[in-house]
Amino acid sequence: MEKNGSLKIKKFFSKEKILFKKDSKLAYLFSAPYIILFIIFIIAPIIVAIWLSFTDYDMISSPTWAGLRNYVYLLTTDVEFMKYILPNTITFAFIVGPCGYILSFFLAWVLSQFPRGLRTVLAVIIYSPSLTAGVTMSVVWKIIFAGDAEGYLNNLLLSMNLIAEPIIWLQSTTYLLPIMIIVALWSSMGLGFLSMLAGILSISPDLYEAAYMDGIKNRFQEIIYITIPSMKPQMLFGAVMSIVGTFSAGAIGVQLSGSNPTPQYAGSLIVNHIEDYAFQRYDMGYAAALSVFLLALIYLLSKLAFTLFGDKKS
Amino acid sequence: MKKKRIHHHQVIVKTNPRRFKIDQLPLLILILPIIAFMLLPLLYIFNQAFKPFDELIQYPPRFFVTRPTFDNFIELFRTYSSTSIPISRYLFNSIIITVVVVFLSIFLSSITGFALSKMRFHIKNVIFEVNTIALMFVGTAVSIPRYVIIDAFGLIDTFWVNIIPLLVIPVGLFLIKQFIDDIPDELIEAARIDGANDFQIYLRIVLPLIKPAIATVAILAFQTAWNNIETSSIYVNSEQLKTFAYYMSTLSTSSNTVAGKGMAAAATLIMFLPNLIIFIFLQSRVMNTMAHSGIK
Repeated sequence: MEKNGSLKIKKFFSKEKILFKKDSKLAYLFSAPYIILFIIFIIAPIIVAIWLSFTDYDMISSPTWAGLRNYVYLLTTDVEFMKYILPNTITFAFIVGPCGYILSFFLAWVLSQFPRGLRTVLAVIIYSPSLTAGVTMSVVWKIIFAGDAEGYLNNLLLSMNLIAEPIIWLQSTTYLLPIMIIVALWSSMGLGFLSMLAGILSISPDLYEAAYMDGIKNRFQEIIYITIPSMKPQMLFGAVMSIVGTFSAGAIGVQLSGSNPTPQYAGSLIVNHIEDYAFQRYDMGYAAALSVFLLALIYLLSKLAFTLFGDKKS
Repeated sequence: MKKKRIHHHQVIVKTNPRRFKIDQLPLLILILPIIAFMLLPLLYIFNQAFKPFDELIQYPPRFFVTRPTFDNFIELFRTYSSTSIPISRYLFNSIIITVVVVFLSIFLSSITGFALSKMRFHIKNVIFEVNTIALMFVGTAVSIPRYVIIDAFGLIDTFWVNIIPLLVIPVGLFLIKQFIDDIPDELIEAARIDGANDFQIYLRIVLPLIKPAIATVAILAFQTAWNNIETSSIYVNSEQLKTFAYYMSTLSTSSNTVAGKGMAAAATLIMFLPNLIIFIFLQSRVMNTMAHSGIK
């Protein structure tokens, strides 16, 4: 067995050597800077996160091996995580992700029904909130949802006699998470939306004509049987973008409420919990375990998207 | 699908029409509330930024500005941060950092895309697949291990930490490589026969043909660098190396005075406008690129 294994490795290397000899050496030179930076800033952090998650590390003394302790703590002892952070994250992700995605597709489809000029204007309007990267615009949201009578929403509701007292929206344990979801949805029409719009527009009109000849009856059937199957690659790209966008947007709760943790953890997501443990409690090992948990979650959800929309492989 | 002779006048395809027809009106009315919802916060920031002091304190608050002034902008540039750094310094940092990141990331992703797409390079599929998986990478999730690595390279609190970690944009490489794939191989071969080397082919043939994809990467890189707050708040301690986006985020958490609110709105507008203007100018190229964006 052992001999067989080492033989295989030898074979692999000799084959690689032959292939390498045929390669253009310039290709290695051209791609080296990108690949090196990719390894340093994307692959290495993941490896370091996995390693740190098995250690105790306070950033002063060097890390000591902790085995599975951080993960055990994560699953059994971290009350805030199980009681607030995880449910918040799941609620936030499962509303913002799918709703943002469906809304992106819906808007892309509606826009594709308009002539070029109108479509471009509307596309710029829909895409521009995502340019602000969420956090930048927190100033605006903070004034709209301001807790005193001068806040726009309070003012509006007061003048319509719907409420008697101004509501302190951003410190409220009831309203903070829904507001975060609205803000995240507002800025979620990004690259995925543009990709789906371009995908719909690139479908050949012949395909629709043929489908109507074959007995498709209405626009809804047209979307289900022609549009979506013809743009699966863009649907997949859009899905991956909305998963990543959803989890990246998680920090807005802290921006909106102005504190980490948010009031009674009402708007805290995993991303905030990581920063809380890392930069306020200096428990890097546990923060790394949370990072690994989050990355695994994102990866699993993306895999799900790949099985739904991917053509080959899984 | 069965082959049938298609008579072009029997079915009218409604997608991507040439001109506006009355049957598009219900759809327009349907999405109008969504459009308004998308637009309102942006309109708000424009109005708020140009409001004079008395309109900022007006009660009940009015949405639209009646007498626009540049007061908030002037006030913003007069102010110094708590450690006596002028705002112009943050803005200067942001501009330099953004320009460098945009140019370097365009160069890196286009030359790598060229190598992965058109050169004899047997591990190119592996690299591209790893890059595609990295589309799912969420940077904020690994800010701690990144800190450990950046620290190990001695980059903490240097000017370069603002730039180097931002240069790798997996979506950028992904889009550019897909775009280069559509350049016919014959074109590259013909240039090789004419005696051009690979770098000349990249510079003179590939780059001019992939302008739409370059425009898209430029926008992505611009957004990454211009809106970046994480670097200044985690990896930089010296106040004079921090960026405008960072200053702006501190403004928004401490802006409870009326004048502060006006300044915060002005700063938000300065943050947002360059993003919008660049996108408006490049949008047709971006749309062109996004047609190649599918994950196959």
